[in-house]
Amino acid sequence: MTDVRITGVGMHPFGRFDGLTGTDMGVVAVRSALDEAGLNARQVQAAFCGTAYGGVAAGHRVLGALAGTGIPIVDVEAGCASGGAALQLGAASIASGQYDRVLVFGLEKMPKGVIRSSFFAPWQEAGGLSPAPAYFALRAQRLLLDTGLTREHLAQVVVKNRRNGVDNPDAMFQKAVTVDEVLAARMICDPLTLFMLCSPNEGAAALVLEGGAEGVTVAGISLRSHLPGNVLGEDSPLCGIEDADITSPTELAATDAYRQAGVGPTEVDVVECQDTDSGRELLAWAELGLCAAGDQDRLLADGSTLLGGRIPVNPSGGLLSKGEPLGASALGQVVEITRQLRGTVKDRQVDGARVGLSHVIGRGANACVTILTR
Amino acid sequence: MVRIDGDRITLLGGWSPSSGYRHFPRAVVCPFTGADDVEAVDLPGEGTVLLHTEVLLAPPGYFGPVPYGLGVVELEGAPPLRIVTRLQGDDIRPGARVALALEEVPDADGNPLATWTFRS
Repeated sequence: MTDVRITGVGMHPFGRFDGLTGTDMGVVAVRSALDEAGLNARQVQAAFCGTAYGGVAAGHRVLGALAGTGIPIVDVEAGCASGGAALQLGAASIASGQYDRVLVFGLEKMPKGVIRSSFFAPWQEAGGLSPAPAYFALRAQRLLLDTGLTREHLAQVVVKNRRNGVDNPDAMFQKAVTVDEVLAARMICDPLTLFMLCSPNEGAAALVLEGGAEGVTVAGISLRSHLPGNVLGEDSPLCGIEDADITSPTELAATDAYRQAGVGPTEVDVVECQDTDSGRELLAWAELGLCAAGDQDRLLADGSTLLGGRIPVNPSGGLLSKGEPLGASALGQVVEITRQLRGTVKDRQVDGARVGLSHVIGRGANACVTILTR
Repeated sequence: MVRIDGDRITLLGGWSPSSGYRHFPRAVVCPFTGADDVEAVDLPGEGTVLLHTEVLLAPPGYFGPVPYGLGVVELEGAPPLRIVTRLQGDDIRPGARVALALEEVPDADGNPLATWTFRS
């Protein structure tokens, strides 16, 4: 197996950009990644594009704008994990020796308002059974009931991520908030207030992958789906059974990725994880092995997950600061982790980081965990 | 998916004798084990609330009133079957006993659409 290294990263900021198309944003991110790698679009051998709302041939439109066609261009949809799925395909194509240089990117221009997902059948929508924030809220309630965590803990996650986002020029929200402000914000679905939920938005991110072990390498990556039975799973089933023994997609993916990388949770220096809502981030801490289930309050209390702490989580500000352009969000995390491992992040650098982990989980269900090392 | 008889509604589920699990709505195989010996079963109309939230903003494709309750109810019988459902009542909280009821909500054209809820 050939080692897979990341030789270029690029971003189009996440936010709302009237007048720009998803293609426009993809071009910005891809050109930036290619520039870093010292390549042009005609020098990569394949491209993998993650997108959920990008439409037919979204990747081709970006490569076409850069005269990079003639190569295989594959669009990948895996909900919130679309970019992770694209990265897994791209990394495998290098590791197997099929290609030497590939482009992996993700782009999205999400509709405004509550997202309409073709995932739900019309009868589910008509009966009021499709509100995504309510499913997030029910899962957050379950977390609070099972662990004794409180609304204040949910708010502390928002405060942490929004504080980190202040120093991220690519984030949609670059303003810190307080616990009181988070708790007093408009209630969306009890217990989640507006500030506890990320905003669907627009943006793009891109990576160039090449063979070799120098610099930042993809040490492990795994995309997994759900096992049946959890009524609160991201696959949004209408029914479920007792689920205490059902392994979550995130745990499946994390187990694979740790094994591939030959590291455990205690060796990870920096994490970017899915914070669709602040309860989702707290669940991920346990699923990724950063703490035992129910011990999240301890990590919040001792500052472990803050910048400067033992295991900073979401130094980019997370999706709570950046917003979530589905196809681009996973790769945005990987761009952040790559820069953290290179030591080139301004103002929010995790000093000496050598092992980083990124995690996404969403509709499907799809979860992807990526471990980068330097 | 449901059977309506006057103002009475029944949830039509599936049951797999080999896996022992019930499910809703009835599917071609047991969604929890893949067993293909699914038989039709009327699900019980009583259960217990596990979780509950209020939907304040109408989601796309829904034309009924807001706010409305949404949650998870565990139906009677073993092994437990949990379903996501609308909820109604003054005493909806984890542990509350609820009963199935017919509820009509308007569709996109304003015509009544029969759906179900659980009431305390």
